Amino acid sequence: MNRQNLKARLDAEFPGLVEMPPEFRGETTLVVGNAGRLPEVLRFLERECAFDYLIDISGVDHMNETPRFELVYELYSYGASQHLRAKARVPEESAEVPSACDIWPTANWHEREIFDMMGIRFAGHPDLRRILMWDGYPHHPLRKDFPLEGLPCETPDGHFTQAAPMDGGPFVTRPAELAHQREPRSKSPL
Amino acid sequence: MPDLAERFARHAEAYNASCPEAERLVLNVGPSHPTTHGVLRLVLELDGETIVRAEPDIGYLHRGDEKIAENMTYNQFVPYTDRLDYIAPLANNVAYALAVEKLLGWELPPRGQAIRVICCEMARISSHLLGVGCFGMDCGAMTVFLYTFTERETLYNLIEMLTGARFTTAYTRIGGMTRDLPDGFVPGLRKFLDALPARIDEVDRLLSRNRIFVDRTKDVGVISKDDAVAFGLSGPNFRACGIEFDLRRRHPYLGYEKYDFEIPVGSVGDCYDRYYCRLQEIRESVKILTQVLDSLPDGPICVQDRKGVLPPKDRVLTSMEELIHQFMLVTAGIDAPPGEIYFGHENPKGELGFYICSKGGGVPYRLKIRSPSFVNLSILPKLLSGHMIADVAAILGSLDFVMGESDR
Amino acid sequence: MGTGEYSYNSKVEGNVVLTQLDSAIAWIRKNSLWPMPMGLACCAIEMMAAACSRFDIARFGAEVMRFSPRQADLLIVSGTVTYKMALAVKRIYDQMPSPKWVIAMGACASTGGMYRSYAVLQGIDRLLPVDVYISGCPPRPEALLDGLMKLQSKIERTASTRGIFRAAPA
Repeated sequence: MNRQNLKARLDAEFPGLVEMPPEFRGETTLVVGNAGRLPEVLRFLERECAFDYLIDISGVDHMNETPRFELVYELYSYGASQHLRAKARVPEESAEVPSACDIWPTANWHEREIFDMMGIRFAGHPDLRRILMWDGYPHHPLRKDFPLEGLPCETPDGHFTQAAPMDGGPFVTRPAELAHQREPRSKSPL
Repeated sequence: MPDLAERFARHAEAYNASCPEAERLVLNVGPSHPTTHGVLRLVLELDGETIVRAEPDIGYLHRGDEKIAENMTYNQFVPYTDRLDYIAPLANNVAYALAVEKLLGWELPPRGQAIRVICCEMARISSHLLGVGCFGMDCGAMTVFLYTFTERETLYNLIEMLTGARFTTAYTRIGGMTRDLPDGFVPGLRKFLDALPARIDEVDRLLSRNRIFVDRTKDVGVISKDDAVAFGLSGPNFRACGIEFDLRRRHPYLGYEKYDFEIPVGSVGDCYDRYYCRLQEIRESVKILTQVLDSLPDGPICVQDRKGVLPPKDRVLTSMEELIHQFMLVTAGIDAPPGEIYFGHENPKGELGFYICSKGGGVPYRLKIRSPSFVNLSILPKLLSGHMIADVAAILGSLDFVMGESDR
Repeated sequence: MGTGEYSYNSKVEGNVVLTQLDSAIAWIRKNSLWPMPMGLACCAIEMMAAACSRFDIARFGAEVMRFSPRQADLLIVSGTVTYKMALAVKRIYDQMPSPKWVIAMGACASTGGMYRSYAVLQGIDRLLPVDVYISGCPPRPEALLDGLMKLQSKIERTASTRGIFRAAPA
């Protein structure tokens, strides 16, 4: 199914909801306007457009932008050998999205990971617990305001963390216009 | 053949219904246990010896790779990719470099591509040798492990010759490799490739028709085609279910379309099929490597982009322009365009994908690693329930996961 | 030495080796270390390589890898220790019977290594007493064997009976 075709079908099904930004490196991206309706779009893609395989879900924290978070679903169609990305912004105040677990069981662990790392909740998820950090860890490490070295914490079950010694590092560059602004500087939370 | 996965599920359900809560035993396996190949923890709920519920607990090796990636330039992250799937680091290096090159829109010259194919296939052989050996050991066949590990040592010698390290190689750079093939590498690899098939036959003879091994693996841990797709499996675990899917064939990169190789496919999707797929893939990799060595092109190994790849040292010390490029590359990194890409690579364990969200500059804004082991493990709750506790070792061994990659 | 049957007897000469009890015990201990392989990450692969035929840790009497801490006296912490794993490592160490030794294999186990991040314990010595640190990321199997020999020479110098035969306080 080519781009125009797909866009036409989505427009017919969900008028005004889905946008299709220009292709980048040969990849088609769909931007869903309302994260609450994302699973509907995904279900339509799975049922009607044969995107039967969910490769991955990523969460992105666009700090200082509103809405703050973004969910990125990488889909694949075995029949058509086609890759598709669907994404939607999630506001920080109501960081909750309907779960895609009943469409693809593999979404279960991906959603748990995003909940763990970003703090986005998934409504209707069968078992929304932390997966990489332990239950009761107080932070969401992949948020941009969380420092790389971590924050000291102590949980009642005996687990603890300490801040790692960074000695001023790591030194990273940022995109900027002027050369001196691009120089590597120590990274503090944005 | 009846749908065994479905039968096991029905069996577990009947057990659940007939057995009152109080009669169940909860058994903790791991995080330090010989069958879990690292630090996987399983909480098994047992009725007698039958597993009625299995809950994997991962994250014991979560090291924060994705957060670290947001804090360094693209090239600085290469050594961290070694430690994802530490059984096949060369393949991870290549996968990561290809992903960033996709973002930059670069393509390697032919010799660079051929060397990367050599890297990938060596890594595949190395990974599958360990996978088969460990699986044998999990099922009680110690000898196979010692045989395959001896072969891996030869491979390690070659990798050390190529990269300077046994397995934390950090060999690729964005836009190329650190160095060209050293003298003596090609003959050494040829010698290894000549000797390997005999060893694989030996393993084949030891295991494939061995009654004990067959009894422990046939019809155990059956994954149906539908489940494999629904749970997003990839790699040999996926192909063992009878689906011919290989990213090297479906979306060729690095010139894989030039090489002639088969894609081994299973029929039932049980532990035995997964083992046999791996064994056959070693043979196919030998075929690919022989073809690459026969048709190894000459020429540069890196992208001819002076602003993207470190210039040769003698030029840096003699030419102002090159010195500036070197300085900019080391301090600020490669200037990547804003945008986002996903690149999936056929790693020995399955599809290793990198999602990179760039906002420009030398540092990725977000780098998500789609690791095959993480996804392959997510089928465990469904796969284990209904099996006997002795099958856990066989099933875990046949899935061939690596926790470093699963937990990142 | 009193008189009687324990005194010097020229008839048994040649079958008797006189030594200090301390050094005899130390000699026995150092040559029969039973490691508990705490294989956490990449270093575990090199530890497996050390146990396999090419490097053969059996030459140093340490080939009996026990996955039960109750049967082991040497904990080889090989790999990155995360905070989530740290308490499990500590618990395993506590379950080992004394005397026991710890090898921190590789940069991660020794100092956190290249993982300066929120999830990684910056060196296992924050939780356990470590006897030998092995550098490298990962250390080669030879380095593990070298670390083992260092530990053996440390055990050799241990006076284990000093506490037992101390004179009772007056």
